[in-house]
Amino acid sequence: MEANQSSGISTPADLKPDDFRKIGTDEKQAEIIQRESISSWRDAWQRLCTNKMAITALIVLLFIVIAAIVGPYIAKWVFNYNYYTNDLLNTNQRPSAEHWFGTDDLGRDMFVRTWMGARISLIVGLAAAMIDLFIGVIYGGVMGYFGGRVDSIMNKFSEILYAIPYLLVTILLLVVMEPSLPTIIIALTITGWINMSWIVRGEIMQLKNREFVLASRSMGAGSGRLLFRHLLPNAVGPIIVTVTLSVPNAIFAEAFLSFLGLGVQAPVASLGSMINDALTGWLYYPWRMLFPAIVISLTMLAFNIFGDGLRDALDPKLKK
Amino acid sequence: MARYIANKLFYTLISLFILISATFFLMKAIPGDPFMSEKKVPPAIQERLYEQYGLNKPVYEQYFKYLGDIAQGDFGISMKKINQNVTDIIKDTFGASLKLGLVSIVVSVIVGVALGLLAALYHRKLIDNVAMVLAVLGIAVPSFVVASLLQFVFSSKLHWFPTMGFKGPMYYFLPVAALSAQPIAFIARLTRSSMLEVLHADYIKTAKAKGLRWYAILFRHVIRNGILPVVTYLGPMTANIVTGSVVIEQIFGIGGIGKQFVQAITVRDYPVIMGITIFYGALLMIARLVTDIAYGFVDPRIKLTGGKGD
Repeated sequence: MEANQSSGISTPADLKPDDFRKIGTDEKQAEIIQRESISSWRDAWQRLCTNKMAITALIVLLFIVIAAIVGPYIAKWVFNYNYYTNDLLNTNQRPSAEHWFGTDDLGRDMFVRTWMGARISLIVGLAAAMIDLFIGVIYGGVMGYFGGRVDSIMNKFSEILYAIPYLLVTILLLVVMEPSLPTIIIALTITGWINMSWIVRGEIMQLKNREFVLASRSMGAGSGRLLFRHLLPNAVGPIIVTVTLSVPNAIFAEAFLSFLGLGVQAPVASLGSMINDALTGWLYYPWRMLFPAIVISLTMLAFNIFGDGLRDALDPKLKK
Repeated sequence: MARYIANKLFYTLISLFILISATFFLMKAIPGDPFMSEKKVPPAIQERLYEQYGLNKPVYEQYFKYLGDIAQGDFGISMKKINQNVTDIIKDTFGASLKLGLVSIVVSVIVGVALGLLAALYHRKLIDNVAMVLAVLGIAVPSFVVASLLQFVFSSKLHWFPTMGFKGPMYYFLPVAALSAQPIAFIARLTRSSMLEVLHADYIKTAKAKGLRWYAILFRHVIRNGILPVVTYLGPMTANIVTGSVVIEQIFGIGGIGKQFVQAITVRDYPVIMGITIFYGALLMIARLVTDIAYGFVDPRIKLTGGKGD
């Protein structure tokens, strides 16, 4: 190519046989990939970007997360309220320029409390999902990798646990342990990891007979290396989807527990406990319920839609 | 088939046994005993109370007695409601919950399947889009939010339905709607995707080619095959409706078993909490068992060898 450009040909008459030379085919050149290579992650990301619903859900989620982080500070800087400030002269106020979301029965600003509640709900949801992930991946990985007797015993055990209704166990545990943020998260994860372990087990069982595992094994890789370096990274798509879809479940379960008085305890509030508090005066002060209800519904909606979108993008086989 | 059922039954019993044992030992793990926090009682009366509730015996003896009592359907005596048997409390309040639950299950299945079927038949048309938006909303909006909204709009503002209580047919509408919103959404999504698959199957083409009328195709081929995934959802749906009713009964002031449960948790009435937990647990496990067995009957393609089909 360089020779052609630098030779400066003007007219055909100037051409002499010396101007020509054989280029031939270069086998190395033929192997060069012209287009930029796309990793499977970029491929998934591009597929996700074409899904307008999922991207909208992602933006809504980011907005909620940012609001849950900075929302309480805004009210503090602008109006000098915090989470606990109660103004007993202004209880149950409608939304106004000063109290954007109104006030509750103790005159506390609902804007601050809604975003603090969202923060608590998100922490519960994410922490529970992370613990489920940790236990589920290890348990499911061991089940799927070793198979045989180990698998059938561990699988039976998880099935027996799974048959016990999830919320009943959680309620029992919280009746015994005092409800607080850590105990709620522990109670939520006590049987929550089982679903994750089954997903991981299924993936590992499919993957472990593939050639790349055999290749790695023949080069002397041990069980731990095979599991954590080769098998699990290849199962990461379904794992991420399961995590995304388990966050709203945990948020909902915490809200449900708040109804039984087993959620986070006052003065800390989650979205669920705020809705529960608002229930008594709901017919007269609807805004006290409306804002937490909108935020919790939007959060769950966004997580569900984004999770579905992720599943379609990461794992086209799983598409419903 | 008999082996499959026996297998499922065996594991259900183990699960139930674990639930009962866990309930018992968790309650025993709570420091102190129910009669300690009350105002000072003379030692003689304290003794008497311990004896009446069997608290003076060793824990393992209490445990075996408890197992024996439960086997005979006796859940002990409430600690807060004087002389009330837990079994009686469950019996008295279960009726209302059962009616509410059964109506909700029937409504969920009928409306859910109808919605999913319509969405599949009018795939990518307006009905499909509306049904799927409703389904996503139904899954994402928690049932207590739905309940409060319905109460606010239809009874407080429009006065169409009563706000509280459970006295006649009009009292059913709002709680049933709130309870079935989520199951309807799930069933509609399940039905839609499975019907879409069935509608493109070769045997539907065959049925059309041999000139069957549309309703014969719909009822004998499409619905019968497309409804299978819904059968698997019946167990989880029962769980969903039972646990949901705990909150819904509270919101609509229905004197069912769920309301008793919430009350018992609030005042820490341990025998009632234990009794209702075990009762709910047994109920839900039976629902799961029935679902598993029903699925075996409905879908002849499933090999009934026990386990999860692997």
